[in-house]
Amino acid sequence: MKQSTFNNKYLPYVLLVPTFFILIVFLFYPAIETFRLSFFKIHPWTGVGKFAGFYNFIKIFTNTEYLRSFVLSAGFTLAVIAGGLFLSLLVALLLNKKIAGIRVYRTLLIWPYALSPAIAGALFNFLFNPANGVLCYFTGIRTWLTNDKTAIIVVIIAAVWKNLGYNIIFYLTALRNVPGAALESASIDGAGSVKKFFYITFAFLSPTTFFLFVMNTIYAYFASFGLIDVLTEGGPAGSTRILIYHLYKDFFVHSKIGYAAAESLVLFSLVVGVTILQFRTAGKKVHYQ
Amino acid sequence: MRRTKIKSIGIHALLISCILIISLPVILAFIISTQNEAQVMSYPPGLIPGTNMVSNYVAAWNAVDLGRMIFNSAFIAFGVIIGKVSMSLLAAFAFTHFEFKGKNILFGLILVTLLLPVPVRIVALFDVITRMSWIDTYMGLIIPFWASATSIFILIQRFKTVPSELIDASKMDGCHPLQYFFKVLLPLTKSTIGALVVINFIYIWNQYLWPLMATNSKEMRVVQIGIKMLMSTESSNNWAVIMAGVIITMIPPLLIFIIMQESFMKGFALQSEK
Repeated sequence: MKQSTFNNKYLPYVLLVPTFFILIVFLFYPAIETFRLSFFKIHPWTGVGKFAGFYNFIKIFTNTEYLRSFVLSAGFTLAVIAGGLFLSLLVALLLNKKIAGIRVYRTLLIWPYALSPAIAGALFNFLFNPANGVLCYFTGIRTWLTNDKTAIIVVIIAAVWKNLGYNIIFYLTALRNVPGAALESASIDGAGSVKKFFYITFAFLSPTTFFLFVMNTIYAYFASFGLIDVLTEGGPAGSTRILIYHLYKDFFVHSKIGYAAAESLVLFSLVVGVTILQFRTAGKKVHYQ
Repeated sequence: MRRTKIKSIGIHALLISCILIISLPVILAFIISTQNEAQVMSYPPGLIPGTNMVSNYVAAWNAVDLGRMIFNSAFIAFGVIIGKVSMSLLAAFAFTHFEFKGKNILFGLILVTLLLPVPVRIVALFDVITRMSWIDTYMGLIIPFWASATSIFILIQRFKTVPSELIDASKMDGCHPLQYFFKVLLPLTKSTIGALVVINFIYIWNQYLWPLMATNSKEMRVVQIGIKMLMSTESSNNWAVIMAGVIITMIPPLLIFIIMQESFMKGFALQSEK
């Protein structure tokens, strides 16, 4: 059913002016300008630019450090998604049981959502510090953060931990919306609880899983910057330098504006990719309802 | 009967162990923030609270001027929230309560902004802010964040559930759309606005990359950058003081989150429906 509307010719445009003013100045213009700059060679001090075609893209994609960072980011993101979604679904399933005190449990399980990636970085830096970090002591390994093979594992654990609350909230909401009727009829048909979970609950959870897949990808690629800056600064030996950290260094530390713009465009195509994926899978939602 | 009782005890036990595992990093951080220097340096690490709590928290507060940073973060968060929520309310009102030319195109343009998080336009955004002389000012940290697709979508979801009868009745009474907006619509939207306040407070308070680039004086730094500064100032790796600072900076968003949890959960539910 369609909602009633007011008849007013100019008012809706007036209402949209503030939003579009901000969008044009701080979103659309910078986005287009970044796109343009990615095809220019820019002098770091004078800022004078010269058209250079695909020079910047060729440069970054023939740089082994950048390629390594590219692969690292993808692996890091997959690990954050796999670990984060699996653990949060387990917790959400526990929270979905009908037992006393469930609200208190919920609060106590999702509160790390309110903490920042930088705080997660500081906490895990402390837990894994080589001198006397508690987790170094209990694992008997002191080199977690100083070894270029294991530092990324600490970064993954910290990133998963920080985002658990967010994922639990969405899985819990989705579990509440699984229709009891579907589960009941499955029970009548003699389905066990494991079967019920895989055939029914999992199917109903898939739109949320896709949504979280996209949100966690964005989180791993972008928001984990603060976590990495506090925890490892991209080290040791560049082993935790994901794309956003690479971009920050090229732009802000080395003033390679053209490279940085090209790197922004690479990240942009990634966002476009996962967003298309989300819209495609969002269509599937209808299928289950 | 008995079986279900055992089962429920099992679930309680599992939930409590989950809570302990999830809270462990913060519990350990709190314990160390109460210890004296000898306890902090001890090996194996001591897991018993000490008696140095007050002096550690005072030391953290003074080491990097946390008071100023907390003020900055809070001021920026509220500056963003006020502008963002009012502008999103107006935009969502336009999209749900009017028919106008170009509506789909304008809505599409707002949709497109979901593809443009700060990092993908940071190079030119930094240039824009520099040319406006907004580097190292509150404006540079507040105004670019006033337009938001997510907040507009959440409000549109909410406005769509308002019964048409209310609009028809207002029209019959000869009510101006803005009168309807302020007198009818806004009071119905209180809990959604509450949710937007929490979501955006946490989002802005926890931001890192943009404040790192857009500020450079000590006076303009925000708490997230303060954590890093604290870690480099405390060069002897005095984890007691560093963790005291970390705990101070996590309190404001946690308080807001816990107090406003109910409206926040409702807002989140709307977000996943977009």
